[in-house]
Amino acid sequence: MARLFSMIGSRLVIAVPYLWLLVFFLVPFFIVFKISLSQTAIAMPPYLPVFGLEEGVSGFVRNLRDLSFENYLWLFEDALYVNAYLSSLVIAAVSTLLTLLVGYPIAYGMARAPAALRPLLLMLVILPFWTSFLIRVYAWIGILKPEGLLNQFLAFLGIIDQPLVILNTTSAVYIGIVYSYLPFMVLPLYAALEKMDYSLIEAAQDLGCPPLTAFWKITFPLSLPGVVAGCMLVFIPAVGEFVIPDLLGGSRTLMIGKTLWDEFFFNRDWPVSSAVAVVLLLILVVPIAYFQRAQARAREEES
Amino acid sequence: MASLGSTRRTFAPWADPTAKPYIRFENVTKRFGDFTAVDDLSLTIYEREFFALLGASGCGKTTLLRMLGGFEQPTSGRIFLDGQDMKGIPPYRRPVNMMFQSYALFPHMTVETNVAFGLKQDGMPKPQIAERVARMLKLVKLEPFAKRKPHQLSGGQRQRVALARSLAKRPKVLLLDEPLGALDKKLREETQFELMDLQCELGLTFVVVTHDQEEAMTMADRIAIMDKGKVLQVATPAEVYEAPSCRFVADFVGSINTFEGSVTKAGSAARIRDRSGAEFSVADAGAAVAGDTVWLAVRPEKLRISRERPADAENALDGEIWDIAYLGDMTVYNVKLDDGRVVKASTINSIRRLEDALTWHDRAWVSFSADAGVVLTR
Repeated sequence: MARLFSMIGSRLVIAVPYLWLLVFFLVPFFIVFKISLSQTAIAMPPYLPVFGLEEGVSGFVRNLRDLSFENYLWLFEDALYVNAYLSSLVIAAVSTLLTLLVGYPIAYGMARAPAALRPLLLMLVILPFWTSFLIRVYAWIGILKPEGLLNQFLAFLGIIDQPLVILNTTSAVYIGIVYSYLPFMVLPLYAALEKMDYSLIEAAQDLGCPPLTAFWKITFPLSLPGVVAGCMLVFIPAVGEFVIPDLLGGSRTLMIGKTLWDEFFFNRDWPVSSAVAVVLLLILVVPIAYFQRAQARAREEES
Repeated sequence: MASLGSTRRTFAPWADPTAKPYIRFENVTKRFGDFTAVDDLSLTIYEREFFALLGASGCGKTTLLRMLGGFEQPTSGRIFLDGQDMKGIPPYRRPVNMMFQSYALFPHMTVETNVAFGLKQDGMPKPQIAERVARMLKLVKLEPFAKRKPHQLSGGQRQRVALARSLAKRPKVLLLDEPLGALDKKLREETQFELMDLQCELGLTFVVVTHDQEEAMTMADRIAIMDKGKVLQVATPAEVYEAPSCRFVADFVGSINTFEGSVTKAGSAARIRDRSGAEFSVADAGAAVAGDTVWLAVRPEKLRISRERPADAENALDGEIWDIAYLGDMTVYNVKLDDGRVVKASTINSIRRLEDALTWHDRAWVSFSADAGVVLTR
C-alpha cells in the first residue's frame, strides 16, 4: 500500500513539470500553429475559424478542409521574410561572437579574482537586471544619438568633429544586444572557469607551455561547456529579438522579430505572423537540440 | 620486486667534499604578506639523489618545491640548478618537471595525450613522441589504458599517469609533491618501491615533499626535516632516526622518550641527573658541558621491559604498566613512573605465546644501556 502511494507520489512529482510544459508551452504552440494554417479575415479574431466546434461536426470538417500551408509557402515566396530570417541569424551570430569576445575576459577576470571579491563582481554582473530591460535600451538611445553622450564625449576629446551616426544602424543593434545579453554569456563562462583547477595551468606550464599556449590548450577547451551554454543563451533569444532592433536599429535593420511585430500589429495578419513564429521556432530547435546534447555530454563526462 | 635490493647502491656524494652540488638553495626567504613560509634557508642536493623534504603542513616544504619548479619566486636569496641561477626563469623554461599533489591531469585528454603533452610542446617529431609515450606507459604499466580519460581511471592509475607525464620529458630533476598522499596504505607501500626503482633506473634527481615520515625514510637517500620555514636537520634516514639534531626532529620522526636533566659529568661516560633525581649513565654527552640542561632521548625499542630489574642494567626506572598497544609484530607498553611521567617501551613479539606476559597494572622495570640514547641540547 505504502509502495503504491510512493509510486503515485513520484508520478505526481514528475507530472507537475510536464503539466506546466503542456499548459504553458505546448498548448499555446498549437494555438499559434492552428492560426498559422488559417486565412486572414475581417472578424474577431481576425482570421477564419479553425478546429472550432461552434458550428457542429459538419462545420468542423468544413473548416478543416479550409486549412492550408499557404501561409508557409507565402513566407518563402516573399523575399522579405527569407531576408529577415537570414539577417536575424547573421545579426544574432555576429552579436553572439562579439558577446563572447567581451564576456570571456570578464568571466576570466572574475574567476581569477580573489575569492572574497567574487561575490561582489558577480553582483555587479547581475545588477543591470534590477532595472527594466526596456529602460536600459532607451538609455542607449540617449547615449548613441547624434547629439548623445557618446558623440559629445568624443567631440569633447577632439577625436571627431562630425557626430558619428550610430543610432538607427546595425552597429547600434550589435551594441544593444551585446550590452543586454552580456550577463547571460558571463555567468555560464564564469561557472565553467571558476571550478577549473588552477594546478592544471601550472602543470601545462611545467610541461613547457608559455601562459598563452596554456590558455589555448587547457583553459579554453575546459571552458567549452560554458562557451556553448553562453552562446546558446545569447544566440537563441537574439534571433527573435524585437525591442533592440526596433528602438536602436531604425527602419533599415531587418530582423524577423520586428517583421513579426509589423505583420501582427500593422497588417493584422495573424495567420502569416503565426507562420513566421512557427518557422522561427523550427529554426531555433536545431541549436537548442544541439545545446541539450552538449549539456548531457558534459554531465556524463563529469560523473 | 626480487631484484629490488640489487638496484640500490652505496651513494653518499654529500660526504664527499669534492662532489659538486646539483641544486643549491642560498639563503632563500619567501614571504607571503607578513607570513614567512621559507626563512633564510640554505640547502644542497646532489645529482641522482632521492631527496625528501619532510615536515608538518605549513612548514614551508611545498613552497620550497614550488620555488624550485618556478611557480613561486623567492623574496630573497638564490636558487641554482646545475650551476645556473634560476632567478626569473619561468616554469616552462626550467629543466625540471613536477608531479602535482592533485596530479593535475588534463581531464579533456586521454592518458596518451596527457603523457605526450610536454613532448608535443617541445616540438618533438611525431614518431618519436609515440615511441616515448609507449615507453613511458610501459614503465608505469598503463599500456591497456592509453585511450582512457583520467575520469575513467582509479586513483592509483591516475598517480601513474601523472608520474609518466612528468617523466616523459626526461627532466634533470623531478619534483614530487606528496606523490602518494591520495593512495591507500597498501598501494602506497608498493608505489614507494616502484618510485625508488624508477629513480635508480632513470638516474634522475628526485625531490619529494611529504608529511609522512615513513614514506621519507623508506624512499629517500637524505631527508631534510623542516619546521617554520627552516631546515632543522639534513641527514640520511638512519642518522635522522638515531642521531636527531634536536627535540623537534627526535619527536617528529618516530616516537621517543625524552628525559630532561642536567649534565653532572660531561664528555664520554657522562652522567645526567634527571628531574626526579635519578642518574643516567650516558656513553657520550657530545658538546654539552657540566651544568647544561639537556634532554636524554631514547627510542622505545631501545628500552627493555621486565618484571625484575636486570642485573646488568646501566639505567633502569620502575613503574606501573598503564597501557598496552598490541600491534602484531610488536607490543608497545606505556609505563607510568611513580612521579607521573609515562615512558614508552616496545618489544618485538618473537615468541608466539608468552607465558607470564606483562599485563595492565603490573609493576615493571624499563632499562636501557648507556649508548641507547642520544643527548640533545635543544
